[in-house]
Amino acid sequence: MIEISNLSKSFTLHNQGSAVIPVMAGAALSVARGECVGLVGQSGAGKSTLMRMVYGNYLAAGGSILVDGLDVVTAQPREIVALRRATLGYVSQFLRVVPRVPTIEVVAEPLLVLGVPPDEARARAASLLARLNIPERLWSLSPTTFSGGEQQRVNIARGFAHGYPALLLDEPTASLDAANREVVLSLIEEAKARGAAILGIFHDEAARERVCDRLVDVTAFTPARAA
Amino acid sequence: MGAGELGIFGKMMPQPLLSVHGLTKRYGARIGCADVSFDLWPGEVLGIVGESGSGKSTLLSCLAGHQRPDLGRIAYDGADVLTLSEAERRRLLRSDWAYVHQNPRDGLRMGVSAGGNVGERLMAVGARNYGAIRDTATDWLGRVEIAAERIDDRPSAFSGGMQQRLQIARNLVTGPRLVFMDEPTGGLDVSVQARLLDLLRGLVRDLGLSVVIVTHDLAVVRLLADRLMVMKSGRVVETGLTDQVLDDPQHAYTQLLVSSVLQV
Amino acid sequence: MKDYNFAYLDEQTKRMIRRALLKALAVPGYQVPFASREMPMPYGWGTGGVQVTAACLTPGDRLKVIDQGADDTTNAVSIRRFFQRTANVEVTERTAEATVIQTRHRIPEVPLTEGQILVYQVPIPEPLRFLEPRETETRKMHELEEYGLMHVKLYEDIARHGEIATSYAYPVKVEGRYVMDPSPIPKFDNPRLGGNPAIQLFGAGREARIYALPPYSEVVSLDFEDHPFVASKADHCCDLCGSGRSYLDEVITDDQGSRMFVCSDTDYCASRQAEGHRGRLSPERVA
Repeated sequence: MIEISNLSKSFTLHNQGSAVIPVMAGAALSVARGECVGLVGQSGAGKSTLMRMVYGNYLAAGGSILVDGLDVVTAQPREIVALRRATLGYVSQFLRVVPRVPTIEVVAEPLLVLGVPPDEARARAASLLARLNIPERLWSLSPTTFSGGEQQRVNIARGFAHGYPALLLDEPTASLDAANREVVLSLIEEAKARGAAILGIFHDEAARERVCDRLVDVTAFTPARAA
Repeated sequence: MGAGELGIFGKMMPQPLLSVHGLTKRYGARIGCADVSFDLWPGEVLGIVGESGSGKSTLLSCLAGHQRPDLGRIAYDGADVLTLSEAERRRLLRSDWAYVHQNPRDGLRMGVSAGGNVGERLMAVGARNYGAIRDTATDWLGRVEIAAERIDDRPSAFSGGMQQRLQIARNLVTGPRLVFMDEPTGGLDVSVQARLLDLLRGLVRDLGLSVVIVTHDLAVVRLLADRLMVMKSGRVVETGLTDQVLDDPQHAYTQLLVSSVLQV
Repeated sequence: MKDYNFAYLDEQTKRMIRRALLKALAVPGYQVPFASREMPMPYGWGTGGVQVTAACLTPGDRLKVIDQGADDTTNAVSIRRFFQRTANVEVTERTAEATVIQTRHRIPEVPLTEGQILVYQVPIPEPLRFLEPRETETRKMHELEEYGLMHVKLYEDIARHGEIATSYAYPVKVEGRYVMDPSPIPKFDNPRLGGNPAIQLFGAGREARIYALPPYSEVVSLDFEDHPFVASKADHCCDLCGSGRSYLDEVITDDQGSRMFVCSDTDYCASRQAEGHRGRLSPERVA
């Protein structure tokens, strides 16, 4: 489902003397349907950078990233938009929403974009919010006023609203209590069971042990830095 | 993934809705915009960003037919827009296209009631049943969150945010496919902006609109636009997926633009 | 009056106006610009109508001038005298006997016939003006037949008053093409604009525009399907001649607010009275 080969990335800082900083070279990995692959490596090794490139958020310098047959590296923006709508989900650590939009709408939006009838989309959103222990009285409020943990759970609900065939998870269990961590892990297991290919970053070792089928150390993709 | 899963928005049309090639507009020796090319696909939202004088407004007015470019081609739905007769072009402007001005006063008739403002485009395309026009206007006021009992009030009695929402209703009532927006959240308070952005997102999603939105506000395009075009000195310096351009800008100017935004 | 050319205007000016009139007749409802002259009367007193009348008059014509239907009001009297002095034409108050009728705000009750010319005084010829102040834009709208705005005006009327409250200068569409302001005649008169055997000419002096309806033109009053045009008038009979079909003026007759309704067309009313028709307040009945 996800096929990465010979992927490289560098940042060019035009406003700092056009410094070119290579951050990744020769990256390769694959994630099959129903499989969960965990990225490991020390902080700054490029785990998030790799995830962002798969999502099309960062531009690759070379190589290819096939997601359901589409090469994200060379795809047109509209193709990536379509991929993100229907195929590739992403749960980041940060929630970015229009202020003042009610939580239930934030969670239902990925379904509404796909043309799911509003009632059905809201029902799905409600069941996820309930499962993640967001009190119902908060559903009509904007999540921008929520605590960090609550925002994270809204973010997860939004990421799991649609049954994406491929999922990127960036620290999905961070800052969650035991009960909610358990809910998230079972959501991941359910996604795997329905055949989703999952690529994730988990600092929580127990969580990693439980859901990941394989681990990939991104340190191997760190380019040899010029002196 | 099957076509059925994509729903109406993922359906890939065989051709872009708007196709622009080599568009150039000069003001004497000065460049308004130069050699701009892009395709806009059905249901796609394109943001054009750049600072004042970057040519984004010139580009928008050329696209919308308010100004004639010196060079280049614009095809809408496969038809050459620049060779249309004026009658055809104006018909397009009041049916299939819409234009949302930054200042609602430029896009509304301030001496005409809210209902009359919304109804004008319907009457312009031949609606002659008062009751039906009023029903449609009432429905559209509701969609932009204006109470039905305000239908006979003039826009001069409305707040800035309401005026802007009225302008949007007036534009969308004929079911246009292509909407041009010039700084639509411009002179509005931040809290009013948020509501308008949410409204626009919902309308774009529900109606499957194709949108070209010009703004200098990067937060607005991050929330509304699928794709960005960054302009500087009349030229396009970078294009790409909105979040990619904002999070991983490639061009020196874009990097400067992004890094200049104050963080809150 | 040897000091003036026949009908005041010089022949070249009359030719210029006649050319504009011919174009206006050829393109019914289209506003033809013309080089409006200064006339020896203020704007608003019929300078456009007077120039058109001057360009139409021949020594053999018989002229009638009415203001709001009346032959005896200041405006009508002074314009009639003006042409008596400058053209020395015959004048009449009888609609049927006139060859040229200059009018302000009315169409005579007696049906006009072929060969007659009705000249309207027009204050604002542009029907779109109240909603679109830009002349360049209104011209473009006429050119491209973009008349939606005209219905916005009627929509506003219904929204505000529950019905189309425009009671005079009610817009019409001519021969399926141009939307035209019929001058401030009551909408009661609108049905007489269409299919009329007479030539109808419209002159706006200050705005320097001439437009026309050739005989038997098709003229449709704009409306909505569910709010159709109605040619309404006061729901009374004339208190002098008893006519129930004529357009009426309301006249306050004393300090106690007593009122009477009388035909606005004085010739029509007088003719009926001469034929023996009587109304509620006819002198012999009251006495």
